[in-house]
Amino acid sequence: MKPLRPVFLARQGYRRRRVMDAARALPVLGAFLVLIPLLWSGEDGGDAATRVGVVYLFMIWAGLIVSAGWLARYLDGHVDEAPESRDEGPRE
Amino acid sequence: MIPFNMLVVVCLVYVGMLFLVAFGAEKRAEQGKLGWLRSPMVYTLSLSIYCTAWTFYGAVGYAARSGLEFVTIYLGPTLVLVGWWWVLRKLVRIGRAQRITSIADLISSRYGKSNLLGIIVTVMAVIGTTPYIALQLQSVTLSFAVFASETPEGWALPDLNSTAFWVAVGLAIFTIVFGTRNLDANERHHGVVTAIALEAIVKLVALLAVGIFVVWGVAQGPSDILARIDASPIAKWQLNSGRWATLLFLSAAAFICLPRMFQVLVVENSDERHVATASWAFPIYLFFMSLFVVPIAVVGLSVLPEGSNPDLYVLTVPLLFDRDGLAMLSFLGGFSSATSMVIMAAIALSTMVSNHIVMPIWLNMRQDGATMSGDVRGVVLLSRRFSIGAILALGYLYYRFSRDGEALAAIGLISFTGVVQVLPALIGGMFWRGATRAGAAMGLILGFTVWAYTMFLPSFGESVVLSASVLAEGPFGIGWLRPQALFGIEGMDPLVHAVFWSITLNTIVFVAGSLASFPGPLERLQGAQFVNIFEHSVSARGWSGGMAEAEDLLVMAQRILGPDEAQALFQAESRSQGQHGYLPDITPDFVEQLERELTGSVGAATAHAMVGQIIGGSSVSVEDLLAVADETAQMLEYSSQLEQKSSELTRTARQLREANEKLTELSVQKDAFLSQISHELRTPMTSIRAFSEILMDGNNLPESELNRYSSIIHDETIRLTRLLDDLLDLSVLENGQVSLNYQHGNLHEILERAVSSARSIDAEPGFVIRRDTQAENIDLVTDTDRLRQVFINLISNARKYCDADAPELRISVRLRGENVQIDFVDNGSGIPKKSQNLIFEKFSRLSDQAAAGGAGLGLAICREIVSKLMGQIAYLPGQGGGAFRVAIPLKSPRGKAAE
Repeated sequence: MKPLRPVFLARQGYRRRRVMDAARALPVLGAFLVLIPLLWSGEDGGDAATRVGVVYLFMIWAGLIVSAGWLARYLDGHVDEAPESRDEGPRE
Repeated sequence: MIPFNMLVVVCLVYVGMLFLVAFGAEKRAEQGKLGWLRSPMVYTLSLSIYCTAWTFYGAVGYAARSGLEFVTIYLGPTLVLVGWWWVLRKLVRIGRAQRITSIADLISSRYGKSNLLGIIVTVMAVIGTTPYIALQLQSVTLSFAVFASETPEGWALPDLNSTAFWVAVGLAIFTIVFGTRNLDANERHHGVVTAIALEAIVKLVALLAVGIFVVWGVAQGPSDILARIDASPIAKWQLNSGRWATLLFLSAAAFICLPRMFQVLVVENSDERHVATASWAFPIYLFFMSLFVVPIAVVGLSVLPEGSNPDLYVLTVPLLFDRDGLAMLSFLGGFSSATSMVIMAAIALSTMVSNHIVMPIWLNMRQDGATMSGDVRGVVLLSRRFSIGAILALGYLYYRFSRDGEALAAIGLISFTGVVQVLPALIGGMFWRGATRAGAAMGLILGFTVWAYTMFLPSFGESVVLSASVLAEGPFGIGWLRPQALFGIEGMDPLVHAVFWSITLNTIVFVAGSLASFPGPLERLQGAQFVNIFEHSVSARGWSGGMAEAEDLLVMAQRILGPDEAQALFQAESRSQGQHGYLPDITPDFVEQLERELTGSVGAATAHAMVGQIIGGSSVSVEDLLAVADETAQMLEYSSQLEQKSSELTRTARQLREANEKLTELSVQKDAFLSQISHELRTPMTSIRAFSEILMDGNNLPESELNRYSSIIHDETIRLTRLLDDLLDLSVLENGQVSLNYQHGNLHEILERAVSSARSIDAEPGFVIRRDTQAENIDLVTDTDRLRQVFINLISNARKYCDADAPELRISVRLRGENVQIDFVDNGSGIPKKSQNLIFEKFSRLSDQAAAGGAGLGLAICREIVSKLMGQIAYLPGQGGGAFRVAIPLKSPRGKAAE
């Protein structure tokens, strides 16, 4: 899980900003996945079984939790930073 | 079976344990041993007040009725938490930076500390939350009733109302004891939060226990459960797309907007990093809270008789299988869900009510306002305690009068929709600087009105508030105003309809109102603060300051913060200003800091009003705004002032240097003068002594020799006298002690007498003086004797130094306006250019050629006289010989005065 320690600081800063982007993208992805079942009802509900829904929803739920946990661990030390921070210095 | 008494005892023991835990936590906090009290896990668990009794009991009922739809209530908050980087992080930062005490305070603070908005949000929150509190009371009494009906002894639960009443009273006591211990919102309610974290564990464990029992005790593991799902009435997922999306939105929005959620998320937050932990930990909590909901619902549907209340499956299923302990645990889980929600909601609402309604009214009622004596803290705390009591009483009353209402979930959703009306103003205020108070107020009022009209009022049932005819045909028969089919759009689910129209209209009016209105200065300041919270860690300045009395502020601060804290605050400030005692200078920064401190206790609008009463003008002037908006301008101004001063210093230094040079020069001149004068005096003295010695020794000298020697002595004495006369003359002139004797005169006569005087001194036959007697005939007012002295000097100079074979002097006179110019031009070789600057200095003789002529004081005396007569004398180069020009006014200023 832990990314390889970057050799260059600039790269570290770059990576951190991309993680912030990922943190912003995650809820969008989550909302998209959660809304997917809306497509199933198009088939008149015939095949959309509750058990499939249960399995599907709890799977993406677990996926979201794991992703959020990973991002939170990475971002924990950077809560203070402005998203637009130009600071490239080492933080860890 | 569980007898009623035992149930009551268990409840009391549980509540007693909560009291103990809360008390212990408060003690620990007081001793400063915060430790795990401020851990991210406690923060995460405290968020679990989102899961109320509605969730605990109602989710299973919801699932039994409409399948998987219940899960949206948990997925919405999950998305909000997973997206913490967007909203929650900013919200928590704002809350901490601005010392926000409630969601009403946030809205009020963002829109220029407007109390109007605070009141609107408070009223909305109270109306929206009261049914929810009623719902909790209902769920607790229902669960009591379950045990009553299950017992074979048939202990009757005589009065459900009294159960609800005593539960409400108990909750009020707990909340008052632990929720109003201190005023400052930033001193967190450790006791309450810890108790709630404990309750979070209890309800999770209870639900998990029932779930595990159902999956592995009743059914044969997960695969069996999946099979049972297929066989159950909810096997088919009848997904209503509108409701699915609406509920996701609603629960996500409510997670932020619910007053109690705001309280634990933002106000009770002690460290921003905890949000990062909660972003994954709380979704886990929600995940496990909902994991067993469908299994319990499916098993309940299959094992319990038709018609039993699905909302109570969590209790009835264990009871059916005679698992009393499990049922008791489950009961406690539901009980703790209800109590934690009520406690937090009561704290949040009482803070809002006391800060935005009671305090402003109280401040207005007292004419002397914030400066009068007495402890305001007592008033605030008392108003909070009363508010708690009143809110629980309202909840109880609502419960009494709508007990036979809908299923639990319906009330919950109505409440959600009501509080979510704050969302546009909240999100707009956080991300859009253009959002204004007017827009927010209009949006809030319209959204709330639409909510009440389409959802809240119809929920009482037909003919209670809205008559059946209004529901069916609209007010006054206007069809497009039907509460559940606005604008004639029929067939929408009532929930979707209400949420859609209230939020849409709310947002449109909010945006349009913001675009059309113009924000005040304070509003714009706060807007910039909120939107750019990560750029501005320092706060904008709202006070022009300077007018307040430090003592008044201290008196007021003591009454809100308490004497010790207020004094410590003032003393610290005073020390940082390098003073002693308790009264610092009232700087805008200090007033700002003080207001921030007070905000933590009584809310932004009240704190602002109280400080405003003492400071005087509470408004922000354009100058203040400019000063705040651009501090660099101040810096620039300051540095330019410095620059100005430094250039001034440079100028002064240069002047000093010049003065010093002049002094040095004068000192050199003085030395030269002394050596010159002694030389000038010695030369005639030497010859006088030599000749007088000859006369003394030689009695045998012939008569002619005697005459010659004595005449030399005489000549030298005359020369000495003249020198001394000249020196005296010059000294008098230079010291300005000379008194000029102005009189009328004719230039021709003056010149005439000068020429004859010059001739009489030493006649030189070959020397020709050319004059233009016609031009000379000019009348003037001046000191004629002094002027003649100048002319004599110039004429005899020319005679002495003119080296031409046939020397001649031309005197020409010209009128130049108010001045008359007299030029003396000879036909000699003139004065070399390098010496022209020196000739007017004392003892400056260009050569020894005519050493006997004088001491070299003549021209210096001339210059002094002419300048005294307001004229000028200068050497005139380029005239083919030595040339001097004297220019004097026809009527000197002093001459005029003499006339």
